[in-house]
Amino acid sequence: MTTAATVSESAGSSEGNAGGISPYTLSHLDALESEAVHIFREVAGEFERPVILFSGGKDSIVMLHLALKAFAPAAIPFTLLHVDTGHNFPEVLEYRDRTVEKHGLRLHVASVQDYIDRGVLKERPDGTRNPLQTLPLTEKIQSERFDAVFGGGRRDEEKARAKERVFSLRDEFSQWDPRRQRPELWQLYNGRHAPGEHVRVFPLSNWTELDVWQYIAREGIELPDIYFAHEREVFQRAGMWLTAGEWGGPKDGETIEKRQVRYRTVGDMSCTGAVDSDASTLDAVIAEIAASRLTERGATRADDKVSEAAMEDRKREGYF
Amino acid sequence: MTSTTEPTEPLSVEQLSATTLLRFATAGSVDDGKSTLVGRLLHDSKSVLTDQLEAVERVSASRGQDTPDLALLTDGLRAEREQGITIDVAYRYFATARRRFILADTPGHVQYTRNMVTGASTADLAVVLVDARNGVIEQTRRHAAVAALLRVPHVVLAVNKMDLVEYKESVFAAIAEEFTAYASELGVPEITAIPISALAGDNVVDPSANMDWYGGPTVLEHLETVPVSHDLAHCHARLPVQYVIRPQTAEHPDYRGYAGQIAAGTFRVGDSVTVLPSGRTSKVSGIDLLGKAVDVAWTPQSVTLLLEDDIDISRGDLIVPSKDAPATTQDVEATVCHVADQPLTVGHRVLLKHGTRTVKAIVKDIPSRLTLDDLSLHPHPGQLVANDIGRVVIRTAEPLPLDSYADSRRTGAFILIDPADGTTLTAGMVGESFAAPQPVKDEADDDGWDF
Repeated sequence: MTTAATVSESAGSSEGNAGGISPYTLSHLDALESEAVHIFREVAGEFERPVILFSGGKDSIVMLHLALKAFAPAAIPFTLLHVDTGHNFPEVLEYRDRTVEKHGLRLHVASVQDYIDRGVLKERPDGTRNPLQTLPLTEKIQSERFDAVFGGGRRDEEKARAKERVFSLRDEFSQWDPRRQRPELWQLYNGRHAPGEHVRVFPLSNWTELDVWQYIAREGIELPDIYFAHEREVFQRAGMWLTAGEWGGPKDGETIEKRQVRYRTVGDMSCTGAVDSDASTLDAVIAEIAASRLTERGATRADDKVSEAAMEDRKREGYF
Repeated sequence: MTSTTEPTEPLSVEQLSATTLLRFATAGSVDDGKSTLVGRLLHDSKSVLTDQLEAVERVSASRGQDTPDLALLTDGLRAEREQGITIDVAYRYFATARRRFILADTPGHVQYTRNMVTGASTADLAVVLVDARNGVIEQTRRHAAVAALLRVPHVVLAVNKMDLVEYKESVFAAIAEEFTAYASELGVPEITAIPISALAGDNVVDPSANMDWYGGPTVLEHLETVPVSHDLAHCHARLPVQYVIRPQTAEHPDYRGYAGQIAAGTFRVGDSVTVLPSGRTSKVSGIDLLGKAVDVAWTPQSVTLLLEDDIDISRGDLIVPSKDAPATTQDVEATVCHVADQPLTVGHRVLLKHGTRTVKAIVKDIPSRLTLDDLSLHPHPGQLVANDIGRVVIRTAEPLPLDSYADSRRTGAFILIDPADGTTLTAGMVGESFAAPQPVKDEADDDGWDF
């Protein structure tokens, strides 16, 4: 089940770093970890009802790991929220439930399928449910009165996200207004908000995809299997390898084949593509990413290619 | 030549993890070629990936441009692309075999001083760009002043467009001399001047064949080697308490830890400490570094301190060594940069966030406003508007343990917040300003105000 992290202990915070670095210099991973923990603790100190968006993807898994370290030996003072598109990878749902159980956490689920069944949301012609997540997410935030919502978004993912603050105020409609963001000075995060508003918090803002993978390797964090190379039945659509499923693939003219693939991101099955890969260990994955000439989203996300400002537009409406 | 380009063989996890992190900010006027420099750094360090470059090429071509506009890599918002200007700070990430970088890419327009302040507040280094044909201009002085004000430890003067002055050493030397004299006077501790052509690629990532007379590092080489460690020997140790960790479980019935990110200096097990503002004292009985017990911890590590005595400590308190405690005061004198659109006026009731503590405060006086161009002081301006830098006197509802910003960028900094709508109004730096030849006297001087 687990893909073990067989990576040797990395050079820690101090001694042994190459190049005659002062013993009081932190390695880049230690610096990022310390910053993220600081952010988790600020939220715990300033907000009443924080929640962590948890999808079972690698970024949210790293967030949960950081939160566990931030409050050890106490339990983390947050609940989890998953926006379930109804098109999730079964391996990821299994991982999600097992993790919630293991750490004795409480999981809220906002279900896109439920909204479709009730006729509130309509299935899109292209079958993708990623944009449909926004309404269930924002309604859940309002109904549960969450005042801080942790997201795993990283600024390196996308150019609109590069403009995102660590603490990002959202109005009562969960909207993001990139031109009216609070300047973020030093490490003095401003969490003030009115009733009905909430703050999106991004502890991994300054991490890159490679940082996330190096940290997973260093900390020996377990991931769902689909992040590692495996044989899978896939078919090709718009240049991406998609997994067949009840969500509407393959269509006529699309043929299923068996390939050795892995996923760089996990999201809705209808728009998250696999990449051809032999990387079956953490070391191999890191080597592959370090050498890759494609960004994570460029390689595997169809929904970002809709327009030049697709991410910005979705974020304005309340997407994470 | 040192290896600044992509390694030919993938690095091991250990090698990759041991690299350090440098945070730096760029500043330059509109046409100094800042976007080109940033684009060149990202591009030549192989940090622009194929799909990003393709997107830039596609958009450039659709606008009828012959060559890809590298500025499109950094202008992330619809409005920025439409107007061809950078509105807001963007953060960029790139890496070499030696170091990882977080670049705060700040807009150069004068009306966006607040954005440079934002970018510089967390930067270890600032790159100030000048056009070799124009030399040091007002905007250059402004950027140097902001870097000095924010006490950015290292400043790089990048003299750009050397290709347009025939790569002449005399042009570079004159500009470097003028800037270094000016910035040193402001108190910038370390200045490195580098002649470059961002467009042609001279001395950005690869050394220039056109400037044999220059023996110094390229921009990237300097970024890779500049020290980022703190000289902890002279730092006052400070831990703002963020959160009290009390598991209250069978396994840890009595655990009571004070969690926070060390803002300055080092803490060791056995240190005698004082908790401010209460003044209660105890000894450090243990330090947990994210679940692992250690004997010593230093800035900027996030830790949990355990104390020998069960004393009343909560979020907002500051733990300091007993032998090195700052004075507490309710009268704050500071240099501020106003970052909000609504003005700051005398009598304004605000919230002041310092470390992990937020207290009520009132603006008692605005003795002066600074003109960045010539560093002259305009007395009693009455108010500060967006992007103004000035001196303020603030009275707080509760005493605060304040360091001078000159001693600690973390515990000498604060922000003012509008209590009505939560807007971040002002960035504040406690203590004397480099630009205030005569510090404004205040009665608080008498009760131990130490700057």
